[in-house]
Amino acid sequence: MALLEITNLTVEFATAHGALKAVDQVSLSLNAGEIVAIVGESGSGKSVAMLALMGLLPWTATVTADQMSFDGKDLLTMSDKQRRKIIGKDISMIFQEPMTSLNPCFTVGYQISEVLAQHFGGSRRSHKAKVIELLIKVGIPAAEMRLKAYPHQLSGGMSQRVMIAMMIACEPKLLIADEPTTALDVTIQAQILELLVQLQQDNGMALVLITHDMAVVAETADRVMVQYAGQQVEHRPVAELFNNPRHPYTKALLGALPEYAQGKTLNAIPGVVPGQLDRPVGCLFNPRCEHVQELCRQQVPTRSEGILCHFPLALKAPQKADQIIAKEAS
Amino acid sequence: MTQQALIEARDLHKYYNVKTGFFQADKSLQALSGASFDLYPGQTLAVVGESGCGKSTLARLLTLIEQPTAGRLSLDGIDLANANNKEVAKQLRQTVQMVFQDPFGSLNPRQKVGDILQEPLIINTKLNASQRREQVLTMMARVGLSDEHFHRYPHMFSGGQRQRIAIARALILKPKIVVLDEPVSALDVSIQAQVLNLLIELQQELGLAYVFISHDLSVVRHIADQVLVMYLGKPVEQGPIEAVFSNPQHPYTQALLSATPQANTQRKRQRIKLTGELPSPLDPPSGCTFHPRCQHATAQCKITTPVMQASVKNADVQVACILANS
Repeated sequence: MALLEITNLTVEFATAHGALKAVDQVSLSLNAGEIVAIVGESGSGKSVAMLALMGLLPWTATVTADQMSFDGKDLLTMSDKQRRKIIGKDISMIFQEPMTSLNPCFTVGYQISEVLAQHFGGSRRSHKAKVIELLIKVGIPAAEMRLKAYPHQLSGGMSQRVMIAMMIACEPKLLIADEPTTALDVTIQAQILELLVQLQQDNGMALVLITHDMAVVAETADRVMVQYAGQQVEHRPVAELFNNPRHPYTKALLGALPEYAQGKTLNAIPGVVPGQLDRPVGCLFNPRCEHVQELCRQQVPTRSEGILCHFPLALKAPQKADQIIAKEAS
Repeated sequence: MTQQALIEARDLHKYYNVKTGFFQADKSLQALSGASFDLYPGQTLAVVGESGCGKSTLARLLTLIEQPTAGRLSLDGIDLANANNKEVAKQLRQTVQMVFQDPFGSLNPRQKVGDILQEPLIINTKLNASQRREQVLTMMARVGLSDEHFHRYPHMFSGGQRQRIAIARALILKPKIVVLDEPVSALDVSIQAQVLNLLIELQQELGLAYVFISHDLSVVRHIADQVLVMYLGKPVEQGPIEAVFSNPQHPYTQALLSATPQANTQRKRQRIKLTGELPSPLDPPSGCTFHPRCQHATAQCKITTPVMQASVKNADVQVACILANS
């Protein structure tokens, strides 16, 4: 049985202009020890889907799903009190900005031992040895001295390590990392990613990596889920997706990278992600798609083989409509 | 090259005095020590390095926000040391413009786009209102904004469009040099590509010289002609982009390149691990400042301070490392 099972998760926000669908029928199944990356532009609902899983969304959000279970327990029917025993212990989340995620008023040692005291009981002081061990594990030099450090005394990379130490304190079965390295330098980014992968291998932890950096995905993930305007448009193993992207959006995202540029001009995707009020009819990607056809402007596509597209690409080229009809007929 | 260089920097230094305590003497922080380069029209110089390596200090010197402590800087053939005349200084300020990293912070939320773009013209030129409006609209069309955006406020735009406004503001005075401080790092990949394309087009059309500050090496490799790699305020390697990136000589450049992830699932590369973080610039290590993190460091590295010199392998590339040059 999968560790995490989400089917058709939908999150709607009540706004002054009516309901906003931030996440639209997203499904994800994750086994222990797996790394899944969620990629997409800003506003594609990557973070909201995971915040819904954590139960961290404000009251304006309505979360619905056919199924949302973790380790055999149903998260949908669970009371908040029960959920709080799992969140922070078995499921942890690392946020994008390490500088703002830590409380500036308390020392690093205080904040980490607080997590341990909360979930395992005992006083904060009784967990001191464990805290030092955690700080050493995430590669913080002079760990014992750092217990008394306040977040402002640490650099960005160090703060992110402290965050990771806090999140792995209870040896979670699932770690969600929301853009863990976006605010960091490349050299520190490499160190943090390596640390996450190593922890994942040592503890058999499952890792969900939310990012918009395709290069990070290529080097770390096993599977990739591409999200566009709240919808899951493609969900496949990493090597297949990079070598043979089947959704035009995935192809366009990869093509926009400077590494794939031919000559001086980059293949930019025209336009922006549609907002709440300018959602197109039919396929949501159709105004920006280079392979758009008449059907895409009229009808909402259905998912087949994990791809949400009327005309999935084959070897980076669009298939002809009659080919697809012939395939469906046979 | 017979063409005159737009920027001629020779051995630029910038020190700041930092208070260390009430009874202690001030310490001198070497934010930038010894940067030299020439930049010609239509060329792009990329400055790369970790945060705290002096990239932004260099930008502040080039945009005349601060004066160098030592060294010689001439912009468009005019030596800054002789530019104490107010008229000359004002003229120089118009030749250099800057685009900042964060398009959400660099535009005044209470000004309309039209006013933001007109302000440089009001201050620096004697154009009347209709002439200004005309220039602003031409510039807006050039960067891909339409006429109806003239009366809108910055919050009504997406990140990519805001960066276009910032670019338009920088170009409205027809500068020759544009300093771009991480212009695309706050943007998504697809929008990043749109803005980079715009920058490249504008450069080719107007013959601008760019100083491109970035830590994204794949973007740098795409846009730059020359690259200057800095570590703790000191240049460690500089030269033509392809020569430096395809065959990096300095161990820091090698580490930086190997740390950059690549969108390629086949090739699993051996990564050079950089342990630790940037040392404090108030108390830099002796000898080569990179030695505590360098995997090839020898006893000699702790004593001798390396100087920038032409690499023995490629004379176009300059490198500051005693091992690479021995």
